[in-house]
Amino acid sequence: MLKLEYLYWLVGAFLLATAFFNLRACRWPLVGFWALLALPFLFGDAMLAAEKNGVRWPVQAMGAAVILLGLMATRIRLGGHAESRGELERRTTSAEQLGNRLFTPALGIPALTLLLFLAGTWLKPGGVSLFEDKAITLSSLGVASVLTLFMAMRTTGASFAVGVREGSRLLDSISWAVLLPMLLATLGAVFAATGVGDAIAMLTTQAIPVDNRMVVLLAFAFGMVVFTVIMGNAFAAFPVMMAGIGLPLLIVQHHAHPAELGALGMLTGYCGTLLTPMAANFNIVPAVLLELRSQYAVIVSQIPTALCLLVVNIALMALLVFR
Amino acid sequence: MTIADLYPLLGVAAVVLGFALRFNPVLVVVVAGLVSSIAAGLSIGDMLALLGSAFVSNRALLLFVLTLPTIGLLEYFGLRERASMWIASFRGLTFARFQIAYLGIRQVMSMLGLTHVAGHAQTVRPLVAPMSLAAAERSIGKLDEEASEKVRASAAATDNIGLFFGEDVFVAIGAVLLIQGFYARNGIVLEPLHIALWALPTAIAAFVIHAIRINLLQSSLRKQLAQRNQQREDDAQA
Repeated sequence: MLKLEYLYWLVGAFLLATAFFNLRACRWPLVGFWALLALPFLFGDAMLAAEKNGVRWPVQAMGAAVILLGLMATRIRLGGHAESRGELERRTTSAEQLGNRLFTPALGIPALTLLLFLAGTWLKPGGVSLFEDKAITLSSLGVASVLTLFMAMRTTGASFAVGVREGSRLLDSISWAVLLPMLLATLGAVFAATGVGDAIAMLTTQAIPVDNRMVVLLAFAFGMVVFTVIMGNAFAAFPVMMAGIGLPLLIVQHHAHPAELGALGMLTGYCGTLLTPMAANFNIVPAVLLELRSQYAVIVSQIPTALCLLVVNIALMALLVFR
Repeated sequence: MTIADLYPLLGVAAVVLGFALRFNPVLVVVVAGLVSSIAAGLSIGDMLALLGSAFVSNRALLLFVLTLPTIGLLEYFGLRERASMWIASFRGLTFARFQIAYLGIRQVMSMLGLTHVAGHAQTVRPLVAPMSLAAAERSIGKLDEEASEKVRASAAATDNIGLFFGEDVFVAIGAVLLIQGFYARNGIVLEPLHIALWALPTAIAAFVIHAIRINLLQSSLRKQLAQRNQQREDDAQA
């Protein structure tokens, strides 16, 4: 079985390689940043296993490293290295020479991910799964990425080193934005552990008249949106709002249908995800990847759709939940 | 409940303030975590352990960087340029048709659970964004920087909306299981399929609303371009 950890080791190696390229170019802040970020990928399982056995210093050291990464990020400029002149011409000539063959490895990433996903789900040679059950899609994506790199090397005739170098260049241009999704998920865990969610749910229930079911429903819907905007993740908002408002007030007191409330409540949270910089992997990272001038350009583009869908969702809830 | 239970909310205030004052987001998030932990009365050791183990547990979010060498290599050899040349060769393909088709494909794929098949690094940057630009240049006209920015931002937005409002219809991972699990812990037993079914109306609404918006973006870009050309003609005559 291919464990997800092996793929994490590859990520760690790639981050170290990126640190190495920056070392040669004497870009010191990036060297430290990527080298430090490689640690959780190279030693992650060992750290978590040690914590389970009561040895806490590895995760504590990692916690200190997270703070250090935050401080280093302020020293790094987004946008990567300047492009030398003639690059665009060189690429256009190469695109004309190689033609549509360039698409095969690029489309290979989704195609192979799909294929591996199906194989991982259905094929169990000798009763052994290809991937870990909880991570079939992720493992498929990781393996597909490695396979397509070799396809791309065949197509372009470039060496492995050039592939890693160009990948590193891309990573440099995303720079600290790459870290945001992980950090925000970490913040979600900290908020959960310190009782932020409970405090918000308590405040809401004290502020509204709980006997009016439409008011409670609106409070639930807006609570999902606001809490998702703050946490950057509807999955984090859902248990909090359900435990605070959905379950005790809507389902128990006002007899709402749970399936409808759950599905539509979650989707109401998704409208919030479209609006918030805290959902960095969806809203900030692509703005950087697409070299947009404003980091908030993707969010701005999503606002009207998100608001229309919010209205639709609330209307659907009002119609369906209390049938 | 006492006032002390509300102290961790200071972390939320730190987030809002930090983003409003446009500090580096990474720093804002780290500081917010520290503020919340200190306000909740955690010891330094507990706080560091909490930060560290949560960070490590969420490292799956960075697995997508494994796609970067392939994408980087292909881009070095002109993938994005080729993508726009290829799209420009289709006569009837407008910007709106292209992005609406992508929206539909992305939604159906995530309904089947294939959420990682596409994404901002995997497909949007190397393919969807340059193809959108090429389709827009061919069906609308030469884009200025502002228009190009809108077209690219719309490519990312389309990917997000397709993903979010498709995946809830899929029963085997993510959202539906989270909902079912929450109810099961509280003594309400539901079939995952029953929950997923109620995500369908919103999925359809999302497709319709966003498709209309892509069409509106196309007509507003056309109008802007026409105005600009008109102005240029007026200037030339004057």
